Amino acid sequence: MTSARRKAYGVEGASYARPSATSTRTVGRARSAPYVFLLPATILFALFFALPIGYAVWLSLHKVQVKGLGLGSGARTEVWAGLENYTDSLTDSELLDGALRVLGYGAIVVPVMLGLALLFALMLDTDRVRLAPVTRLAIFLPYAIPGVVAAMLWGFLYLPDVSPFYFVLDKLGMPQPDLLDGGPLYVALSNIAVWGGTGFNMIVIYTSLRAIPAEVHEAAKLDGATPLQTALRIKIPMVVPSLVLTFFFSIIATLQVFSEPTTLKPLTNSVSTTWSPLMKVYQDAFGKGDIHSAAATAVIIALVTLALSFGFLRAANSRTKQEAAQ
Amino acid sequence: MPHTKLRRLVTISVAVTLGASALAACGSSDDGSDEDDGAGSGPVSLTYWAWAPGMDKVADIWNKGQGKKDRIQVTVKKQASGDTLITKILTAHKAKKAPDLVQAEYQALPTLVSNDALADIADDVDGVKDKFAEGVWQQTTLGSDAVYAIPQDSGPMMFYYRQDLFKKYGLDVPQTWEQFAETARALKKKSPGTDLTTFSANDSGLFAGLAQQAGAKWWTTEGDTWKVGIDDTASRKVADFWGGLVKEGAIDNQPMYTPAWNKALNTGKQIAWVSAVWAPGTLTTAAPDTKGKWAMTPLPQWSATENVTGSWGGSSTAVTTDSTHRSAAAKFATWLNTDPEALTALAKEGGIYPAATTAQTSDAFAEPPAYFSNQPDFYTRAAAIAKNTAPSAWGPNVNVAYTTFRDAFGSAAKNKSDFGGALKKMQDDTVADLEKQGFEVAE
Repeated sequence: MTSARRKAYGVEGASYARPSATSTRTVGRARSAPYVFLLPATILFALFFALPIGYAVWLSLHKVQVKGLGLGSGARTEVWAGLENYTDSLTDSELLDGALRVLGYGAIVVPVMLGLALLFALMLDTDRVRLAPVTRLAIFLPYAIPGVVAAMLWGFLYLPDVSPFYFVLDKLGMPQPDLLDGGPLYVALSNIAVWGGTGFNMIVIYTSLRAIPAEVHEAAKLDGATPLQTALRIKIPMVVPSLVLTFFFSIIATLQVFSEPTTLKPLTNSVSTTWSPLMKVYQDAFGKGDIHSAAATAVIIALVTLALSFGFLRAANSRTKQEAAQ
Repeated sequence: MPHTKLRRLVTISVAVTLGASALAACGSSDDGSDEDDGAGSGPVSLTYWAWAPGMDKVADIWNKGQGKKDRIQVTVKKQASGDTLITKILTAHKAKKAPDLVQAEYQALPTLVSNDALADIADDVDGVKDKFAEGVWQQTTLGSDAVYAIPQDSGPMMFYYRQDLFKKYGLDVPQTWEQFAETARALKKKSPGTDLTTFSANDSGLFAGLAQQAGAKWWTTEGDTWKVGIDDTASRKVADFWGGLVKEGAIDNQPMYTPAWNKALNTGKQIAWVSAVWAPGTLTTAAPDTKGKWAMTPLPQWSATENVTGSWGGSSTAVTTDSTHRSAAAKFATWLNTDPEALTALAKEGGIYPAATTAQTSDAFAEPPAYFSNQPDFYTRAAAIAKNTAPSAWGPNVNVAYTTFRDAFGSAAKNKSDFGGALKKMQDDTVADLEKQGFEVAE
C-alpha cells in the first residue's frame, strides 16, 4: 500500500522536476530552501542538545588533581583522565545494584501500567459506555499532577503513623505491611508511577482506537463478533503501533526514574541516595561534587537507554514489516 | 503507514522537548556579581547569597545606616540551605560569577577553600577574632594564618525532653550516656509503645556533633598530609552506643524530619530529642501541641566529671575570590556578625543563635524562646553550655563522608545491625575519595 502510493507521488512529481524555462537561480534557491527551513531546528539542536552532550563527554574524560593539602589557589587542576572514570563507574557495584533495582521496578511498572491503560482504553471504546468524557478525564487527571507532588502525597499515605489506610487497617485488626521496606517498597514506588502514567498511555491508545474506521467495526458486527472478540481480534492488533510507542516511552521513563525515590528517600532508611542510576549521577555531581565521574556515569546511562530503546524499536519494526509482507 | 505516524509523534515530541529546553534557557537569568568597576572610591554594590530567614531585613539596616555612609549597598538573594548552596557556589565560581558574599556552614569551608572559592580576608578583619570563642574562630581559619569567613551562628548541642512525661513515667533526666541508655530501657519497660528518641540517619550533622563531643577529630593535617580519623576510638564509642540501643530496641530507628516523626513528638510517642540550640524553632512546627511541656538541659556526658558539648549546624559569612570588592565585603561581614544592632536583628528576624560571645548574653536573649516560656533562663543556660563546645575538625570532603553516613548508617539502622561496619565504610569511602582526588592521606 505504501509503495503504491509512493509511486503515484513519483509520477505526479515528475512534471515538477522537468527543467523548465526558469533561470537556474530559482533552482538554486529552491535547492537551498530545505536547509533554510532546517536551520532553526539545527541551531536549537546544536545549542541545547549536541553541545551539552559534547561537554558531558569532555568532562567524563577529565578529572581533578589536587596538590598537597588542596587548600588555597592553584591547588586543583583539571587533568586528562582517559577512560578512568568509565572503568571506575562500570566496576562500581552500586551502579549495577541500582540498575538491578530499576529493572525490578520496571518489571512491575511497565506491564501493569500498559495493561491497565489498554484495558481502560478498550472499555471506554465500547458502545455501551456511559459518562465516557468524565471517566476519561478522571483517569487522565493524575498525569497532570507533577511527579514530585504525587510522590509526596503517596509518601504520606505509606507512612504508618500518618496514613489513613493504616488507621483503617488498625481498626479492622488487619496486618499492616511496611510499604517502605524490602519488596513492598518496589510495589509502593511502582504504584506512584502507575497511578501517574496510566492516564497518559490510555489517551494515546484510546486515540488510535477511535481512528479505526467505522466500517471495520460494522464488518465485525455483521460477522457476529462479540465485543470481547472485537477487542481481542480487531482492536488490539490495529493499535499495536501505539502499544509499541507507549512501551517505548515507558522504558525510557523507567530507566530515568528519579523523582519518586528521591522524594521518598527522607521518609525511610530503605531508599539510599544511590537507589537508581540517575540518583547516583545526581549524588556524585551534587552530593560529592565530582562532576567528572558523574558525567561518565551519565554517558553510560544514555548509551544503555539508546541501545535498549532503539533495539526495541528495531525489533518491533521488523516484526510489523514481516506481518505486512504476509 | 504506522511507521510514519510513529515517526511524526517522535518528531513532535523531540520538537516539544527542544522548545521546552529553549524556554528554560531563556528563563534562567544571570545572577553573578556586579560589574561596577569602581573598586575603592565610588559606590559599591554587593550580592549576598544566604538562606537565613529575614536576612534581607538585616541587610536593609546596613543599607540605610552604616552602608549609606560607606557607600556600600548589599543585596540579599535568598538561597536553599546546606549542600545545595555549596554546589551552586562552586558552579558559579567555575564561571567566575560567584556572588561577593555567601553564607556557608562551617563544615563546608574546607571544600570551598579547596576549590579556591573563598578569599583570605585576614588583613580586613583585625581584632575581630576576640569576639568569638576560640573553638568557633578556629573553624574559619582551617588552622592557618588565613581567615576565610566570619562566624555567624553556632549550634551548641543540648538535650531536650518532655518534662511532664518524664515525671509521668518516673524517669530521671540523664546526666551521662550510661544513664541515657538506662532511661531508654526503663521507658520501654513502662510503656512499650513509647520511645525515648530515635537514631536518625538522615542528618549526618547530629552524629558528627556527638562524635565531636566524645573527642573525635575527623580531619587533621600533618605537614602536607591529611589524616582521616572517622573510625577512631571516640567515634566508634558513639557508633557502638547508638547501635546497641537500636539493636536491643530501646530506641526507634526511623529518620527524623518526617511527618511520622513530627507526629511522634507531638503526641508523646517520642519524649526526648538530642538536638542543638535551634531546636525550639523546629519543635514549634513539628510539635505545636506540646508547647511549654519541654525542657532543655546539657547533653549527657561520657563521664560524670566532664562537661563538654558538640555542635550541630552553624554557619559563617564568607567573601568569594570572584568579588572585586573584597574589603567592602569583609567590612559588611564583620558588621553583620559583630555589631550589636545587626546581631539583635539576626536573632529577631532569623532566629539565629549568634556565634559572637557578647551577643549570646545580650538583651535579645533575655527572654526565652516562646516555645520554652516555662524555662525563663533558657538562653543563660545555653550560653553556659556553648562555652564548652569541643573544637571541630573539618576536611575537604565532608560532603563525601556525610553522603556515605546517610546510606551506610541508614541501612545499619534499618537492619538493626553493625554500626561499627557503617563507620568503617564511612572512613574507607572518605579516604578513597581523598586519594582519588590526589590528596596525600595518612590513616
